[in-house]
Amino acid sequence: MLHTLSIAELGRLLSAKEISSIDLTHHFLARIERLNPALNALITLTGDAALAAAALADARRARGENGPLLGIPLIHKDIFCTDGVRTSCGSRMLDNFVAPYDATVVARLKADGAVMLGKANMDEFAMGSSNETSYYGPVRNPWDTTKVPGGSSGGSAAATAARLAPFATGTDTGGSIRQPAALTGVTGVKPTYGRVSRFGMIAFASSLDQAGVFAHSAADAALVLQSMAGFDPRDSTSIDAPVPDYAATLNAPLAGLKIGLLREFFEGLEARNSALIHDALKIYRELGATTVEVSLPHLPMSVPTYYVVAPAECSSNLSRFDGVRYGYRCKNPKDLLDLYTRSRGEGFGAEVKRRIMTGTYVLSAGYFDAYYLKAQKVRRLITDDFRAAFTQADLLIGPTTPTPAFAIGAKIDDPVTMYLNDIYTIGANLAGLPGLSLPCGYVDELPMGLQLIGPHFSEAKLLNAAHLYQGATDWHRQAPRGYES
Amino acid sequence: MSDWETVIGLEIHAQLATQSKIFSGSATAYGAPPNTQADLVDLAYPGVLPVLNAQAVRMAVKFGLSIGAQVARHSVFARKNYFYPDLPKGYQISQYELPVVKRGSLTVTLDDGTTKVIGITRAHLEEDAGKSLHEGLAHASGIDLNRAGTPLLEIVSEPDMRSAKEAVAYMKKIHTLVRYLEICDGNMQEGSFRCDANVSVRPRGREKFGTRAEIKNLNSFRFVEKAIHYEVARQIELLESGAAVVQETRLYDSDKDETRSMRSKEEANDYRYFPDPDLLPLRIDEAFIEAVRATLPELPDEKAARFARDFGLSAYDAGVLSASRELGAYFEAVVAGAGAAHAKLAANWVMGELSSALNRDNAEITAARVTPAQLGGLLQRIVDQTISGKIAKEVFEAMWSDGRSADAIIEAKGLKQITDSGAIESVIDTVMAANPKQLADYRSGKDKLFGFFVGQVMKATEGKANPAQLNELLKRKLGGGAEDA
Repeated sequence: MLHTLSIAELGRLLSAKEISSIDLTHHFLARIERLNPALNALITLTGDAALAAAALADARRARGENGPLLGIPLIHKDIFCTDGVRTSCGSRMLDNFVAPYDATVVARLKADGAVMLGKANMDEFAMGSSNETSYYGPVRNPWDTTKVPGGSSGGSAAATAARLAPFATGTDTGGSIRQPAALTGVTGVKPTYGRVSRFGMIAFASSLDQAGVFAHSAADAALVLQSMAGFDPRDSTSIDAPVPDYAATLNAPLAGLKIGLLREFFEGLEARNSALIHDALKIYRELGATTVEVSLPHLPMSVPTYYVVAPAECSSNLSRFDGVRYGYRCKNPKDLLDLYTRSRGEGFGAEVKRRIMTGTYVLSAGYFDAYYLKAQKVRRLITDDFRAAFTQADLLIGPTTPTPAFAIGAKIDDPVTMYLNDIYTIGANLAGLPGLSLPCGYVDELPMGLQLIGPHFSEAKLLNAAHLYQGATDWHRQAPRGYES
Repeated sequence: MSDWETVIGLEIHAQLATQSKIFSGSATAYGAPPNTQADLVDLAYPGVLPVLNAQAVRMAVKFGLSIGAQVARHSVFARKNYFYPDLPKGYQISQYELPVVKRGSLTVTLDDGTTKVIGITRAHLEEDAGKSLHEGLAHASGIDLNRAGTPLLEIVSEPDMRSAKEAVAYMKKIHTLVRYLEICDGNMQEGSFRCDANVSVRPRGREKFGTRAEIKNLNSFRFVEKAIHYEVARQIELLESGAAVVQETRLYDSDKDETRSMRSKEEANDYRYFPDPDLLPLRIDEAFIEAVRATLPELPDEKAARFARDFGLSAYDAGVLSASRELGAYFEAVVAGAGAAHAKLAANWVMGELSSALNRDNAEITAARVTPAQLGGLLQRIVDQTISGKIAKEVFEAMWSDGRSADAIIEAKGLKQITDSGAIESVIDTVMAANPKQLADYRSGKDKLFGFFVGQVMKATEGKANPAQLNELLKRKLGGGAEDA
């Protein structure tokens, strides 16, 4: 079955002309048609454009071109602007917005011949950890459709887990790739801040947002990241550093690798979750790695720090949605103030409003120093903690989430409990570090994620460590029941 | 009644003369049809990002160097958040706590010839907003975003000015400077150079400043002077009647010659400034500064000092002739033609005939219809006594209207001065013979008739007699006649 094959295997079939990109595209479009209604993972389907792109990819192959993603289907999170295709960001505010340009990530994947099948559901403006804040309704977890898939890239994660595409894009501001990857049993990579261009990715919190990938394995993710990563002169925070060949070092031996166990990640961790991480460590030791306990003393402050910095930035980033130039506009505004307040009041959902209000508050005169400035200082301390930890260890390891997927509706009315779901993932965003989540077993028959965090620009090492783990295990090959065939 | 002292500080907005906008690639030309010079970045489309224009930074640094200020090695762009339809992002990118230029000063010369040093607190880079259009639209407002994102340098003075005249002198000096530096076209009608005036009064001798009012958007030197006069009188009247001045923003209505309240401090926006996470801190190194320093032209004060020193001009004349680079260059080219020994003559002609001809045509010096070489040629004919100063004015008018050289006009019109004593004497003899009564009256003591004889000779020679020679010969002949008798 085509949807169980790796990107490399699909590439071999394509270049051997055993299948065409058109065949592959039809295969996944059919799966989407059959399986997506129960999941609500995709909110926009672009079947005709996909078949046209597939035909183009086939023509390129016929001319002798041969790239690892040429003709491979994918799904984009609906946060990336796609030229001529609705880009809603999961919000009523942009329900009518057709982007007039491609995000750099979209353009790069398109140039490499990847075929977009459609766009994935997500928490509204990427604000959420359960994909329940979407204007288009919650996404359901293919492992148990009464459960959330995590968020904010819940649609991308669920679609990847359900094998609706070989891979999907996502964004990670506080864990929005790693947490849903963990809860849906797929491999999710959040690169170093600045590694992948943010141009054309609708901003939530600019200093934390980073685009990344969901795939069925670290090896697949390496091929996708290779296409996405690199300097973009249109993003001033993008970093002009060479992109290594991620696939080339996937099998580098791990002998001598020092893995740091984050003390703070294990404190209070549920025993079954902890046991999975220790099983993984055993595998790493067998692969030649050594372990050392490290501490990030300021890490417990990461959630409050994040919930000052991210809302502050979002309160400003979302000011452009004012009903004036594009997007939702209220009916019959009686004056300018009415246009603003009703367009925004009606266009944004509850969680987005909560964060805009929080952010506006922490930036206000008289509160700025106590909240925003203090949060920035703590952010620096957390970054310094990581830097110190990386003098003792090459990579840090721990759980991705405290619990497996929870029930839809269980936490949506309790924002603080919801926010605590990101307790293990937020630190990497605050410090701009790359992180990766890969499936490592089950709790209550639901997948759990193992998280690897590395120093800045250590994506190759993270992918290498994840790939060798996946060579020794088969968690990543396991699809949810009903989605294998 | 107490004696009041006026305290004024100016915030000058100089539009930088870059080809493209400060954070986007759109053109900055003035007067294009609405919204034809606004790209997706200027329109604040979802996902777009700002990229700083290096040319704008060079211009800011150039200004900083010209006023002996510190160029900050590290400065930060901040967001100033507020909602308005002509502000597409809902925030303006500006510099707040860390501006690119800090602490400089400028010496201004007042009408009475005294000089005063005005401190310049800072100069920072920011983007302009668009324009709201209300004319010709029924029940609607239009928005033109052509100006949105145009680079501005905001130059903030210390509250060092003590009268409207000082404020205008300072503003004119900055106006001269930015045009010298070629960083701003200085066009006040198009809004390229405008200012806000902070005005307060206090009892003379008191150290503490009075409560100030900020008068927004003054776009002519005359308006600055009139608005300050009105505002000072208003504040004094308030204080003398026992009322208080309210800290507020006011608008100057040039039709009614009054300032009106726009919003009070209580109504003022809380702009929630914070560092723009889309732009990295601006770092400027020594090499960049030195490269900019190498492009600095001779500055107005340096040029004026040189004119006074090398050409023996008065401080006033030197100041007038160095008021713009173009005028200074014109003057120097005239001197080159006429000879350095005749610089004073050149100065008189440039400030006199040339300047009035330009005024008559409402033209800039660059559009002068007599080239500096031509004017130099004319002055040479005065110096070598080919023509008199009076005839030279006639020749100049002819040059202005038909563009020919002075020599061509003198030749064609036969205006060459008569310097042959014999020729002049023979005309004098004829005139004396034709006017026996006047001759007799003169000789009997009516000295005033001397002028009559000069006039008659000039009439007979069509003004070409050398005036000095004529005077001398006429005196001798008229007197000599008495001897003869």
